[in-house]
Amino acid sequence: MTTFLTNVFAGLALGSTYALVALGFVVIYKSTGVINFAQGGLLALGAYLGYTFADNLAIAFAVSILLACAAAAIVGASVERLVLRRMVGQPPFAVIMITIGLLFVIEPLITAIWGFDNLPLANPWNIQTVEVGGLVLGVRDLWTIGITAAVVVAFFLFFRYTRMGLAMRATAFDPEAALAQGISARRVYATSWAIAAALAALAGITLAAGPGGLSPSISFIALAAFPAMILGGLDSPAGAVLGGVIIGLAEALTRGYQDQLFSWAGANVSLIVPYLLMIVILLIRPYGLLGTKDVRRI
Amino acid sequence: MSGARGTNRAQGKPHRNLVRSYEQDLRLFGSPMSKVGLGLMLATLLVLPTVVRDDFWLSVLIYSGITAIGAIGLNLLTGYCGQISLGHAFFIGAGAYAAAVVGGDLGLPLPVWLLASAAIGAVLGGLIGPFALRLRGHYLAIVTLGLIFIGEHLWRNLRDVTGGNNGTSVGAEATVGPVDLGALELAGENYSRNQGYFWLVWALVAIIALLAKNLVRTRPGRALRAVRDHDQAAEVIGVRAGRYKIGAFVVSSAIAAMAGALFGSYQQHVSPDDWTLLLSIQYIAIIIVGGLGTIFGAILGAIFVGALPALIDEYSSAIPGVATEAGGDGFISVFALNQAIFGLLIVLFLVFEPRGLAGIWFRVKAYFKAWPFSY
Repeated sequence: MTTFLTNVFAGLALGSTYALVALGFVVIYKSTGVINFAQGGLLALGAYLGYTFADNLAIAFAVSILLACAAAAIVGASVERLVLRRMVGQPPFAVIMITIGLLFVIEPLITAIWGFDNLPLANPWNIQTVEVGGLVLGVRDLWTIGITAAVVVAFFLFFRYTRMGLAMRATAFDPEAALAQGISARRVYATSWAIAAALAALAGITLAAGPGGLSPSISFIALAAFPAMILGGLDSPAGAVLGGVIIGLAEALTRGYQDQLFSWAGANVSLIVPYLLMIVILLIRPYGLLGTKDVRRI
Repeated sequence: MSGARGTNRAQGKPHRNLVRSYEQDLRLFGSPMSKVGLGLMLATLLVLPTVVRDDFWLSVLIYSGITAIGAIGLNLLTGYCGQISLGHAFFIGAGAYAAAVVGGDLGLPLPVWLLASAAIGAVLGGLIGPFALRLRGHYLAIVTLGLIFIGEHLWRNLRDVTGGNNGTSVGAEATVGPVDLGALELAGENYSRNQGYFWLVWALVAIIALLAKNLVRTRPGRALRAVRDHDQAAEVIGVRAGRYKIGAFVVSSAIAAMAGALFGSYQQHVSPDDWTLLLSIQYIAIIIVGGLGTIFGAILGAIFVGALPALIDEYSSAIPGVATEAGGDGFISVFALNQAIFGLLIVLFLVFEPRGLAGIWFRVKAYFKAWPFSY
């Protein structure tokens, strides 16, 4: 039972990270209709910026997180301004490819600046644990879950009660009608990229504070977060969180019971479980669990 | 004497470029010039390996040719049918392993292992194709992305076939009956393995390009483009969209598997690291740079993009700031530079020249066709 609960907890922590990344995907998709493959690159960039602030410049960890998020937000908004804005109205294939191209430019840039080595990110969580009723929980995992929960709440409040949130929802619903109401689509697009990049940086730093440390391969987590976003439905923030948790749990449980139950499937089968789960669910619900079915006209 | 000519002129003999009937529009060679051009190209391919005997340049051209085959396959699926696939590398890998089993372990000759790997590719494509019926656009892109990771897991764990992480040697020899293209002997002249493979690969490029061209200029090609532009509208005008989507997956992955088989046979050793997401992206870069929805563009892009990694590798010591070996001087590794260049090429071409190299070529051609009147 304890093993099971430990695995569930690990799954929740992993799922929270996925949820953060997936939320970033959804924000951009909802307002601009683009799946942002470069999210992984922004995530790695945010994590490395956090490392520079916390370790090289010796700024307090909490402040470093905020600075890294702000810096990533600026990068995200600039990418939108310089590249993606030229692609408004182009077919989705072209825009997806642009973001893939961006990912392939950002990744080598990061290794060119910070190198390939595994860097230790100085953080107050380290490998400390707390014991709750016989369960040993990692402090970092608790923080990850807590931060994600806070972000999700802030997210829903932002979309529900602020002018910008309303503008973003209106643009997502119908860009032309939103323009006619005096909403600046440009500001909405730039803001959504900034928010997504900040979320990615947050996910990157919580991930880099973990046992894996900080290495260029950290951007792969975004590829693993695709199933989370697709599973929940491309345009549903709630779906992103739900998908993230489901995928995180599935992955952690498969890893936890690898030796007992899944040894037949080969080593590290937990890494492809998200994709298998996504494919099965998509066959049943082609628009994810909470996604809107798009209405198609001829 | 001048009667026939005179009347012709009086009636206004149409210019040879004018297309007046449907049969004319369907012609494989639009004008006599294109026949001459094609003949020149084939002659160049025949003669080239006897002029360029350098193993490095020949191997660059062989890899470009193999890539061109795979790119034609992807262009049929993505450029013509509009189905985004990030999983092309999966089918290429499957083809290489099929060649290793059929050509290497069973020791069967070239036509058999080439067709066997095409058959394996077609079957796998037929299994993946139906997903395109349920999913479209973004959802399909991510599912095919999953294919790469699921495939990688399979390649690393099906050790009997793939040799696991270390890979497997591919013993598929390029032999047709008594002729061994790996050590060709013709009229007392000996040709090297690279020369033999050059002819083999580029002959296959020509054959597959011809087949693909025939496919896209006739009814299936029009159907594919109708599906690409709007699958529901295509259904309304009588195109079985589902059938053509699956068909495109089958044909495209069969061609991809052939490219993989040739790759394995030429390289003689393949490992799971050969079929990563980077390979899929490289193929997408090729069809974007070459020109989406053109057979010619796929070949052009393959020569341009496919040759880049080898050239960068060869001349990395001459490019400032590039580390030639791990831990060497320079701020960027060869691998990272390649990756960045693919990324940049995709972004720049999509933003500034969405029709690719083929688009530039058509513009140049149109300019000279109407010369001296530009428009």
